Amino acid sequence: MGNGGGTHIAFEHVTKSYDGTTQVVKDLCLEIERGEFLTLLGPSGSGKTTCLMMLAGFETISSGNISIDGQAVHTIVPHKRGIGMVFQNYALFPHLSVGRNLSFPLEVRGISSSERADRVKKALELVQLEGFEDRKPANLSGGQQQRVAIARALVFEPEIVLMDEPLGALDRRLREEMQYEIRRIHQQLGVTMVYVTHDQQEAMVLSDRVAVFRDGSIEQIAPPETLYEEPNRVFVSSFIGDNNVLYGKVEEIRPGDLCNVAVGSEDHVQALIIEDTQPGDSVWVAVRPERVAIAREEKQYSNQFEAIVKDIVFMGDHLRLNLETCGQRDFIVKIPNIVGHGAVLPGDRIQIGWAALDCRALPMDKEKEN
Amino acid sequence: MTDKRSGVQRLIVPVGLVLPLIAFILVTFVIPLGSMVIQSVHDPEVAEVLPNTLNLLSEWDGTSVPSEEVFESMAQELVLSRESRTTGKVATRVNRIASGTRSVFGKTARRLERIETTELRSAMIDIDDRWKDVELWIAIREAGREYTVKHYLHAVDLERELDGGIHPVSEDQRIYNTLYLRTLFVSLAVTFFCFLIGYPIAYAIANVSDSMAKILLLIVLIPFWTSLLVRTTSWLVLLQNQGVVNDILVWLGLVNDSDRLALIHNMTGTLVAMTHVLLPFMILPLYAVMRAIPTDYMKAAASLGANPAQSFVRVYFPQSLPGISAGCLLVFILSLGYYITPALVGGTKGQLISNMIAYHIQSSLNWGLAAAISVILLTGVFICYFIFDKWVGVDKLRLS
Repeated sequence: MGNGGGTHIAFEHVTKSYDGTTQVVKDLCLEIERGEFLTLLGPSGSGKTTCLMMLAGFETISSGNISIDGQAVHTIVPHKRGIGMVFQNYALFPHLSVGRNLSFPLEVRGISSSERADRVKKALELVQLEGFEDRKPANLSGGQQQRVAIARALVFEPEIVLMDEPLGALDRRLREEMQYEIRRIHQQLGVTMVYVTHDQQEAMVLSDRVAVFRDGSIEQIAPPETLYEEPNRVFVSSFIGDNNVLYGKVEEIRPGDLCNVAVGSEDHVQALIIEDTQPGDSVWVAVRPERVAIAREEKQYSNQFEAIVKDIVFMGDHLRLNLETCGQRDFIVKIPNIVGHGAVLPGDRIQIGWAALDCRALPMDKEKEN
Repeated sequence: MTDKRSGVQRLIVPVGLVLPLIAFILVTFVIPLGSMVIQSVHDPEVAEVLPNTLNLLSEWDGTSVPSEEVFESMAQELVLSRESRTTGKVATRVNRIASGTRSVFGKTARRLERIETTELRSAMIDIDDRWKDVELWIAIREAGREYTVKHYLHAVDLERELDGGIHPVSEDQRIYNTLYLRTLFVSLAVTFFCFLIGYPIAYAIANVSDSMAKILLLIVLIPFWTSLLVRTTSWLVLLQNQGVVNDILVWLGLVNDSDRLALIHNMTGTLVAMTHVLLPFMILPLYAVMRAIPTDYMKAAASLGANPAQSFVRVYFPQSLPGISAGCLLVFILSLGYYITPALVGGTKGQLISNMIAYHIQSSLNWGLAAAISVILLTGVFICYFIFDKWVGVDKLRLS
């Protein structure tokens, strides 16, 4: 996957503002490796699509610079950038057949008709739509239209492919199927892909790296595993996967990058320090629901608390417990579906616990402090 | 039981809602249209005045002067027609077939009242010797036909000779076929000009910011809301010999003061004024279609390597086709029947077929002919509509 082919695309201090006062993208710096699959993940309005549009040339850059292979993109008109793009609503030309849609980029490049037919055929094979040349887009299902849109963005062999929430209009099952399809195509072709989505699960499946966007800047950029295991912002920790986030104050710094944090009314949690912190600082303590276990004996874990079971949901592969503990009314715990789990009932008082290293003390957002 | 009742109720409401419209259309449109179609082939006036004579003439050989019996009946019915004041109607209709015979009937009817004789044939020939012309009697027989296609023949510059054959009228009397062709030409030209001017405007309105689009739309709509008469007469002010356009051209030195351009009361005036008046009918459907074309298509085309011109020709233009066909159909069909504008600014060279219909309704009072021309025009409109439906499909029409 990320085969270290050098920097392909670079964003340098890019700022975008539509009205001159509100910045939708703030001083963004980002380097994308050749052949990398990078996902821009974030809620709507976080500036991720704007970044994509600036790269494709459909939005101007207010300040800063975007370069492809070291060349500033604003010197190249959009139709000369050679970037394949898949749009949210596919943007297949409704008056042209699938074959004509695919040969469109080849026709405008003056490629001979025999070669066009050959490449259209290959592109359709790539997305497993052999023999669909003569269909009109309106006669295809959503998933098929999606495949055609991808094939069209690839048929002229661009080095960069951009996708703007391409699976947003599909139902869940089809979306999952297409995720693996896109992953396969990327691995097969090795093009640089920049993918925009607000679906964290999609980002996890597809990406070499994920850039988590919030309010026009990147909160954290890392491979999916790192984002999940080592989020360094509370926004990232709860945007990627489920997380229990407890508000607290640092009491004491301890050896091994650990600290004691007071949470709730009288509980104390041991957590890993992520950023330099002093006693008295406010922090968010985050612990994944699956890292919490039911304690069978006293002092089994370095963080161990009494909890009241409010609800139990059977999720198939795990049980989802909704607990009240540490001053938190909806503390989530996921217990693997293994023999012996059935001992817990709603209303029970149980002991839960987790290791200090599974628990991260995340810095407060500056603007959220009050 | 309940199902049936609710089914009926479900029908009653929509039918009730459209009932006033149906009644309105029936009274103001279907009935007049029907009577017009009937009028174009049905002409009972002569048959009502001369029933007996016509009956006798149906057995006449058509080569020799009719018998005493026919003259007798004609004399009787002419005298009666004088009392019911219908002699003129007969004279007018016979005169249309055999011109120059109008005076025969009035004169004969007037004199017959004072004559006491049984030898009516020689008496009538004494009054007017045209009574011994076989052509006059054939014309009377023709005029007496209750159902006739003569108006249609007349409306396409044909006539039925007295021997029964159909021939084109003499060249100096041909007017209608030229007018149909002129109407067709003007309609096509106006449609073309409206498209040429309207397409860029519609494109602009559909692609500028919302606030700008509102202003532009208003500029298109204000003339649309202004009285047709006001718009047309304002072209008189602009285009006349001492008008604004000529004044500017003279002031710029492009035209000599002595030979100012004739811009009005001719074909130019008709084309200019009609293009202006009909322009909104082109712009509005085009705008409605263009506004619905997603901007993503143009972005997609650019990302696929098409330059702006290629994107427009290959992606945008084909998608605007439903708007183009709707606009062209509207403008073309409206042009075919246009009346006020050519009447005011067209002069003699810029008159269209509808002006001729108006002339026959208002001045010559030949309603049968007016009806026949109208039916031909209406048929033309229907043919255009069906050709359009075949080519483009009326269901693809999108009006704003």
